[in-house]
Amino acid sequence: MTLLTIENLSKRFSSGGREVAAVSDVSLTLEPGETLGLVGASGSGKSTLARILMRLLPADAGAIQFEGKDWLTLSGAELRRHRARMQMVFQDVLGAFNPRATVASVLDDPLRIHAIVPKAERPRAIAALLDRVGLPASYAERSIRDVSGGQRQRIAIARAIATKPSLIVLDEAVSALDVSIRGKILELLVELQEERGISYLFVSHDLAVLRAVSHRIAVMETGRLVETGPMRQVIENPQSPAAKALIGAVPRLVTEPTEGPSHDV
Amino acid sequence: MRLLRDLVRTPEGAIGLGILTALVLVALFAPVLSAGDPLRIAGRALLPPFTDPAFPLGTDRLGRDVLAGILHGTRTSLSVGLAAALAAIAIGLCVGLTAGFAGGLVDEGLMRVVDAFQIVPSFLLALAFVSVIGASVPVVVLAIALGAWADPARLTRAQVLSIRERDYVASARVIGMHPAEIAFREILPNALPPVLALSAIIVAAAILTEAALSFLGLGDPNVVTWGSMIAEGRNILRSSPSLSIFPGIALVVTVVGVYLFSEGLTKALGGRRLEP
Ligand SMILES: Nc1ncnc2c1ncn2[C@@H]1O[C@H](COP(=O)(O)OP(=O)(O)OP(=O)(O)O)[C@@H](O)[C@H]1O
Ligand SMILES: [Mg+2]
Repeated sequence: MTLLTIENLSKRFSSGGREVAAVSDVSLTLEPGETLGLVGASGSGKSTLARILMRLLPADAGAIQFEGKDWLTLSGAELRRHRARMQMVFQDVLGAFNPRATVASVLDDPLRIHAIVPKAERPRAIAALLDRVGLPASYAERSIRDVSGGQRQRIAIARAIATKPSLIVLDEAVSALDVSIRGKILELLVELQEERGISYLFVSHDLAVLRAVSHRIAVMETGRLVETGPMRQVIENPQSPAAKALIGAVPRLVTEPTEGPSHDV
Repeated sequence: MRLLRDLVRTPEGAIGLGILTALVLVALFAPVLSAGDPLRIAGRALLPPFTDPAFPLGTDRLGRDVLAGILHGTRTSLSVGLAAALAAIAIGLCVGLTAGFAGGLVDEGLMRVVDAFQIVPSFLLALAFVSVIGASVPVVVLAIALGAWADPARLTRAQVLSIRERDYVASARVIGMHPAEIAFREILPNALPPVLALSAIIVAAAILTEAALSFLGLGDPNVVTWGSMIAEGRNILRSSPSLSIFPGIALVVTVVGVYLFSEGLTKALGGRRLEP
């Protein structure tokens, strides 16, 4: 059964008298255990789409079915309860945490709010989560500011999996990280997916990252979805000018030499 | 504790904290340092300073001890200043938080009231308030607070509006945290530090306003204040300038102490926020 169906989603912003169609008429689906890579130039509306999906922004039009529920009509306590099933990892490895938080409090929040484990067992659950993302249990006592960027992103992943979600939205989740650390985080994400059957909506402007994790790729341009297809097909044989431009910008993606970057951009 | 360490590490903070600690000690122990009513007639009138060891700073026209007046005046200045600033911050926080969280019409309405209070010069407001209701310590405190709450209200609202958009608040919503918990655990504690740094400035302004009101004869007549001492001395400024100069120095030292303290506090807080 399809996990997520987005139908004709639209969102306009008006700022300073200027109207921007950040997302226009986007439809897509996501299967359980699948990773959909969402790629597009800066300002193409990827984050807006992700934030609407996370119910951080209201949509202007369209519908979302998630786990058989009419996701956009949920509200209040019911919405908060169902949020356990859809989690998010943010790009900014520092800004995504309350500066006063400790590693333990970051991981305690989801366990407490969704009553996943009783209070007495939470320290053990926190240690298990830390262990699952490859961090020693002793990190629990640290301030979130006293761990490195890569470790912080591991903690963000631990927080996201704490509520046992079926979908995790990752908005540029590895873009702020060192290339060497980036690979390890991507490995961890793939492992978790194989282990728990989580679906990912992986937003990135970096096709090299998406190639490593995606099953399918969707390409956005100025708010519209211009191409969707299996990862290999989109990268090796892009149809839309937007996809061609994105692939042309990353020469190492293409193994055999082509006629060079297309200039029909 | 860490904040205190950071504070003392800045020269401003160390000096400011030193001055304020000394003033608080003087205010606390004023009845011990100089027993009895500071307004009572203690000796010969108009004794010059540094002549009689019993009255190191001399006496005024009625023979009241100037040193006793200054020591006890510290109590009035600090307590009125602190109480007024506390009241102003409390009102400002409530209004700013309500405006920032509620948004929409509530926000609009509250901010117009803030505008109105910011347009009226706060000293005139305090003057009018005290002249109408009458001079007593609580009225003076309220009058000063009324002129000082608008700035913290505006700052608190701006803080709330900016922090509401941070990723960590989005992350709290995503995790399903209740809006009340988001407001009080995620936003409020992070919105407070700049408002607290502002509070030192408000204390200094409140102390000056209190002195000015007393100078104009609108302070509580039953307590000794630096402002009323300066006003007393003004009539005989030529013959005995020290009567106005000593309470004036006390006032300047206090206000400078508060300003230095606030500078140090701002630096200490700023340094902390810059840390990775
Ligand atoms: N809160 C907002 N108010 C007004 N306009 C906005 C707002 N958020 C986004 N936009 C606009 O909507 C469009 C899409 O922005 P969005 O952040 O979704 O793009 P993006 O694909 O995530 O880009 P990037 O790769 O730079 O993160 C942009 O033109 C942006 O300026
Ligand atoms: Mg984005």
